Amino acid sequence: MTDILLGILVMLVRMAVVLAVVFGLAAYMILVERKLLGRFQVRYGPNRVGLFGLLQPIADGLKMLLKEDIVPDGVDRRIFLVAPAIVAGAALFAFAVVPFGPTFTLFGRPVPQVITDTDVGLLLIFGLSSLAVYGVALGGWTSDNKYSLLGGVRGAAQMISYELALGLALVPVAMTAHSLNLTDIVNAQARLPFAIAQPVAFLIFIISSLAETNRIPFDLPEAENELQAGFHTEYSGMRFALFFVGEYVNMILLGSVTAIFFLGGWHGPFLPPILWFGLKVLAVPVFLIWTRASLPRLRYDQLMALGWKCLVPLGLANILVTGALLAAGL
Amino acid sequence: MEDKKDKPGLLREVLDGASGLVGSYAATLTHLFRKPVTEQYPDYKRPMPARTRGRIILTRSPDGNERCVACYLCSGACPVNCISMQSEEGPDGRRRAAWFRINFARCIYCGLCEEACPTLAIQLTPEFAFCKDAIEDFVYEKEDLLVDHGGKDAEYDFYAHAGVAAGRPKGEHIGEDEPVDVKSILP
Repeated sequence: MTDILLGILVMLVRMAVVLAVVFGLAAYMILVERKLLGRFQVRYGPNRVGLFGLLQPIADGLKMLLKEDIVPDGVDRRIFLVAPAIVAGAALFAFAVVPFGPTFTLFGRPVPQVITDTDVGLLLIFGLSSLAVYGVALGGWTSDNKYSLLGGVRGAAQMISYELALGLALVPVAMTAHSLNLTDIVNAQARLPFAIAQPVAFLIFIISSLAETNRIPFDLPEAENELQAGFHTEYSGMRFALFFVGEYVNMILLGSVTAIFFLGGWHGPFLPPILWFGLKVLAVPVFLIWTRASLPRLRYDQLMALGWKCLVPLGLANILVTGALLAAGL
Repeated sequence: MEDKKDKPGLLREVLDGASGLVGSYAATLTHLFRKPVTEQYPDYKRPMPARTRGRIILTRSPDGNERCVACYLCSGACPVNCISMQSEEGPDGRRRAAWFRINFARCIYCGLCEEACPTLAIQLTPEFAFCKDAIEDFVYEKEDLLVDHGGKDAEYDFYAHAGVAAGRPKGEHIGEDEPVDVKSILP
């Protein structure tokens, strides 16, 4: 009995820690993005609220909470209200299967640093990231606004197309690791991270994950200069913020997923595993911000052409080559 | 067949595209280590040029008298009618403004009043930041506008040039001859 209670307690603590860390990271990721983007454009980012602007996320959050939550006339009220939660929720749920480090022993009991060490972790992450499409598409559709509708439709088309390339990029990883369990995939990279062993898959993964998170150069669903803000044009207050929490949680999730699948997870010399994992997770959002500062937005047909004519065939070819090499026993 | 020759190969195209991407990433990376060009405004206030058009003042001549002769030219020139006044004659015989009022809530800081002013009395200063909570507070009266210096041309004294006898007698103005005794030039 005490074992079960203790197990539940450990589980709750783990969930609380993960939730707090992810939310805190997402909030400060916004600050990091604004600061870094500022420096990329030879200006300071926010630096007024607190020392170096460190209290800016708190000020933003307070502001968003206190703003009026407007539901426009003519929207499909129920779906309109739920859509932002789908985006943020799907991103948060995916952290349930993300392992943050190797299992360690506390009071003689093994404590895995993952909420659920499931054997289909890879598939679960995929399922959840596909669910996020519903948030974008429904949010845009129910807003009763042509720009939102276009943004939502674009978002759905883009995310479904690139989901495919993303999946194809991960097939060689699963093939080489002989597992869909994320911990096993990380352990398969103890010697050589898949970023080096599978460079083509890594490239496809990075490009399609940029599209998956709706960020520049693939931010067509919210292209400001043609669609105002796309699917979240009609949202205000905390619901608007929720879309952004979802986007930034998604960035961190993407960082974790990239670290797990391609950068070798927590494996690394000298530093403790959790630190290595943190560094790798944060490197990806920083790269995304760097990309945002560097690249222009793609045209819609270019986006689709890149996805379907480039990344998908390349991913398929990569699977064939990997399969051949595995069959040859290399 | 001709078309095919001009068209660059797939590999060439991929390389061109990739090098383009690398170039833009490199450009932003070099910008990251540059010192930001932002001026941190409330902490650092850029020295404004002397002729910047900001808050309006009424200046005084070197002898300390008001320059304004209440001629209404500024109020006539003002495109938004933000200047109003009432003229009167002072004890020394000079014209002056009984009251003088500028509504800065209306003022567009065009500087036409300054150009119209014959005595250099009304001038615009570089001060531009004087926000207020209440719009009534933007109505400046004569005592708010008057300063104790000559502004941009501190040495200028209208009454030293003008032919009017107010202040100093006839023939004593700068560049003015003695009044001619008409009887002495009779034929």
